[in-house]
Amino acid sequence: MVIKKAGDIKSSEITDRKTYLNRRQFMRGATLAGSVVATGFLYRQLLAPEPVLPTPTGKVAPDAQAAPKQWGLPGEEATPYQDITHYNNFYEFATDKYSVARTSQSLVTRPWTVSVEGLVNNPKVYDLDELLKLAPQEDRIYRHRCVEGWSMVIPWLGFSLSEVLKRAEPQGNARFVAFETVNDKKRNIPLTDALDWPYVEGLRLDEAMHPLATLASGIYGEALLPQNGAPIRLVLPWKYGYKSIKSVVRIKLVERMPPMTWNLAEPTLYGFYSNVNPKFAHRLRDQTAERRIGEYGKRETQMFNGYGDEVAQLYAGMDLNYYF
Amino acid sequence: MKEIKFYKVAIFINALVPLALVGWDWLHGRLGADPLNFVTRTTGTLTLVFLMLTLAVTPARKITGVQWLIRFRRMLGLYAFFYGFLHFTAYVWFDKFFNLRAAAEDVWRRPFIIVGLTSFFLMVPLAITSTNGMIKRLGGKRWQRLHKLVYLTAIGGVLHFYLLVKSDTRRPVIFGAILAVLLGYRLYVAYSSKLKAKPLSLTQTAPPR
Repeated sequence: MVIKKAGDIKSSEITDRKTYLNRRQFMRGATLAGSVVATGFLYRQLLAPEPVLPTPTGKVAPDAQAAPKQWGLPGEEATPYQDITHYNNFYEFATDKYSVARTSQSLVTRPWTVSVEGLVNNPKVYDLDELLKLAPQEDRIYRHRCVEGWSMVIPWLGFSLSEVLKRAEPQGNARFVAFETVNDKKRNIPLTDALDWPYVEGLRLDEAMHPLATLASGIYGEALLPQNGAPIRLVLPWKYGYKSIKSVVRIKLVERMPPMTWNLAEPTLYGFYSNVNPKFAHRLRDQTAERRIGEYGKRETQMFNGYGDEVAQLYAGMDLNYYF
Repeated sequence: MKEIKFYKVAIFINALVPLALVGWDWLHGRLGADPLNFVTRTTGTLTLVFLMLTLAVTPARKITGVQWLIRFRRMLGLYAFFYGFLHFTAYVWFDKFFNLRAAAEDVWRRPFIIVGLTSFFLMVPLAITSTNGMIKRLGGKRWQRLHKLVYLTAIGGVLHFYLLVKSDTRRPVIFGAILAVLLGYRLYVAYSSKLKAKPLSLTQTAPPR
């Protein structure tokens, strides 16, 4: 090692104090800026919301303020199309509500068939186009209440499920209807391992025959997008959202109460009936109130989601806290 | 010495970055359809992140031998409390709108909320006694014993997360695994030092040669 005596170093070679301090300031600034950028990047990767895709159709894009009045309910505005299409529970694609819009885009919805089978006199495999022409498509504006505690007002396009069931002619011993969601990986469904697939649901036959039970194929007059259950789904406005099964491929009439996916996963939380019930003491989510998407306050949840006049007689004499 | 001060400033600022970005996204309407729910969830996750960072300090210090890491622990712990406080506030404000009766009923009915609240309130005495003055007043031993409560907070926090998810348990399980490593390390150290202590006591009773 060469140790230079002080005299050997030319004074011009010594970094002067000011430059040294400047350099240190610079290093500190760079460390700070670099770490802040890295932290911000990490946050964006792990926690931040999904970047919001633009509404995928040019024709209807009513935002919260501009939603045409005819799409709303008395005193309740329709939920913006952007929110309806970017806040979705569709566990086959993703378990968070923000990324379903992105992960479901490549779902193959054509060709599509729906099989109506089981205890019926006229079983039939419908091609989608044929099914959609079975009855006139109507604008049906319903409240949609998720068991998680949020709700929307959605202008569906569809007709009553009973139109299909009537044509199938249920046999005398048919008491329930079982539904099944598509689970064909070739249709670009990632099928996360959050639940057992296919997603299945069920109704009592008289519930399924009720005019409010809707087979929907559109929202705001537009064909359903994959995240909303394209190309065809059930809408049961008086029940929690998970009962309204999406992307249906099978409708089967059966004698015994059919299984339902969420009930299989958590029997104490999700019952077969799953009627919206503010008195139900759900272990995970408060059922007494709900946040309407787009609003900051909370609304009181109504029994049967406000459809009691129409559907309450289906459950006359039943203890709905037992048959939840 | 001056460098440690600078690093403290750097950590202080970095810990505020997620909060700033949440605020920025909120102002620009980028928190999705249910921004209040998003804020509640994110502040909760950040609480767990800072709890893990706080608990990582001691293992990191012992393994690397970089003793001055301990100088950042208090700030990380206080940030865990800070984000926990925001999370708690978001619940009382955005979910219950300060309706204490509704909140009480909610707490009573939902175990995950009881677990979460307990974990948060356990942090309160730790935040209060985090100053140098309080350490002196309590005395190092007692202070350390009190601050072992943070283990309960961390376990409770992860349990709270695990109990509230509907079916996808990946994130809470990841936190659980990290916590298991951090607490497991401490158990291992305590256990192995006991093992070392044993033969020592044996030599004491052994007859002199």
